Amino acid sequence: MELAHSPEEEEFRARLRAWLAEVLPTLPPKPSPGDWPARRAYDLGWQRMLYDAGYAGLHWPVDAGGRGATPTQHLIFLEETEKAGAPYVGANFVGLLHAGPTIAAEGTPGQRARWLPPVLRGEEVWCQGFSEPDAGSDLASLRTRAWRDGDTYVVSGSKIWTSHAEVADWCELLVRTDPSAPKHRGITWLAMPMDAPGVTVRPLRTLAGSNEFAEVFLDEVRVPVANRVGAENDGWRVTMVTLSFERGTAFVGEVVACRRLLRELARAAYDSGRWDDAPLRRRLGRLNAEFRALWRLTQWNVSEAERTGGVPGVGGSVFKLRYSHARQELFDTAAEVLGTGSLDLDHPWVLDRLSSLSYTIAAGTSQIQWNIVAERILGLPKGR
Amino acid sequence: MRFQLTDEQEALRAGVRALLARRFGPDALRAAVGRPGVLDRALWRELGAAGLFALRLPEAEGGAGGGLPEAVLAFEEAGRALLPGPLVATHLAAGEVAGAASGETVVTDVSGGLVEWLAQADVVRGDASGAVPVRSVDPLTPLHRAAKAARGATPAPDPVAVLLTAAEQLGGAARTCELAVAYARTREQFGRPIGAFQAVKHLCAQSLVRVETARAAVYAAAVTADRLDIATARLLADEAAVRGARDCLQVHGGMGFTWESEVHLFLKRAWVRTHRAGLNTYGDDTLAEDLLSGTA
Repeated sequence: MELAHSPEEEEFRARLRAWLAEVLPTLPPKPSPGDWPARRAYDLGWQRMLYDAGYAGLHWPVDAGGRGATPTQHLIFLEETEKAGAPYVGANFVGLLHAGPTIAAEGTPGQRARWLPPVLRGEEVWCQGFSEPDAGSDLASLRTRAWRDGDTYVVSGSKIWTSHAEVADWCELLVRTDPSAPKHRGITWLAMPMDAPGVTVRPLRTLAGSNEFAEVFLDEVRVPVANRVGAENDGWRVTMVTLSFERGTAFVGEVVACRRLLRELARAAYDSGRWDDAPLRRRLGRLNAEFRALWRLTQWNVSEAERTGGVPGVGGSVFKLRYSHARQELFDTAAEVLGTGSLDLDHPWVLDRLSSLSYTIAAGTSQIQWNIVAERILGLPKGR
Repeated sequence: MRFQLTDEQEALRAGVRALLARRFGPDALRAAVGRPGVLDRALWRELGAAGLFALRLPEAEGGAGGGLPEAVLAFEEAGRALLPGPLVATHLAAGEVAGAASGETVVTDVSGGLVEWLAQADVVRGDASGAVPVRSVDPLTPLHRAAKAARGATPAPDPVAVLLTAAEQLGGAARTCELAVAYARTREQFGRPIGAFQAVKHLCAQSLVRVETARAAVYAAAVTADRLDIATARLLADEAAVRGARDCLQVHGGMGFTWESEVHLFLKRAWVRTHRAGLNTYGDDTLAEDLLSGTA
């Protein structure tokens, strides 16, 4: 067991740091959160800078245009970019972390050549059309239908919780192609152009007051059969390849950011005289332990991915469960430090507190994650 | 970075587990509960011969030349097996107190105002004069309370003692998670294993999440020997052990409340260990102070 980095890893870190110090001051000002076209342009611009410097698709396989970096190098990349205050993956999220890896793993050579380079170069944005109003935790029960009509699919239905739908070029879409098959076996994965006739996007306002998601309505949208990745009715398996792609690094930047915030919180409590409040101080100490441990768990999971050369599998569920609850606890404690200031939407911690409420719901509720841990790791029987 | 067990460390863990399964299995545990206050000296010497106490001594001094990671793995196994005795104190005395390394001498210490296994120890480190026996909540850990004057004079606890205690807590936590899962898979109610019900399933899953998070913290502290990493390991491992035993008891239902079930032994030992080195030493206050320091 060791936590030290190899000389190659330290060299990678040093080069990255030097590059970040050089380019971050040249970035344009951050766009306002409500200006989606500006956010798209900003996020794509950052992706283009990464591409030009050789950091695009760091963790993608080399034959897909990526850099084939080790999980540890990817960890260092995420840690250093967060520490340096670099932009987040933002609008490139689905392209880099879901749709792209799916196409890389399951697409034909032609599909890879068509869709992967624009993601890496920061030219096209993808969104995700998986969840539906009646298919949330039970995603496989999705009902958006697709019929074959010659060499096209005709798609009707609706999707929900789609981030960046307003500014996306493509949607990785799950549709039902065989309603008579068992639910996991009648699903197909399609790449749908967002400008196709019949696609309607309606922003969805969250409890934080912002339009972070959209509903996407599909009314007889025509999608070429050539846009299907994987075989017809094999979309569930194709999708699961994507979902297990991330090797334990999904929240690296956020954990780094949480640890920084925790120091700011302690400083704020000290400056306001709240440091003498022993229960509050101990709560902060407890959170320090929590996030230090989450960082160690990340290092453990990344090393495991490196050792096995594969995916961490459901180990990611353990991390996600612990982290999402810790994050909520962190912002509840921030509210305690702020006192009545916690009711002021102009304080950034207040908006972060509101958005933290989604963490135990998005990408699998905690209740579903506990089922996954219990059934797939501990081997407890399925059933309710 | 290779934050994973090496092949040698895997082998060490398997070796200790096999030894303890052979020499301190469920029957031996039950027998030990039936003979309260008596330490099995033959077993103690065997542990010495196997290298548990000399693990970190240099090979030139008859030790195994291991480091903190190896010690942590061995003590995790001791915690899993609920192995009784002043293991940590004797391990720390190896190389300093004659016979400690070989298991000939049983060494205890004054820690957190308490002395474990005083009547059975050959050597006590710290001032145990005037110590008063306590009717210990844990049938496998006889306790004395140190005299008030001695309690005040206790030196700062050895961070390695805190870390090895955390390793024992981790082992106990992992074992209670396994026991809960095993029971949930076999115990049937309403015509199915109770582990098929989400309410039970989630208790088990939450136990595992605590164990795996604590494991990362304990192993990292073993690698760095850093004060704050040890404090983190202690907090997480104490929580995983106490709450894991509580949830294991809950999953066992009425059986968990019986003396016959071994579950209560895990809970009681976990409680005793939370007091070692003092309840709040290397705790949340240490970690809170760190937040005000300059470096991240």
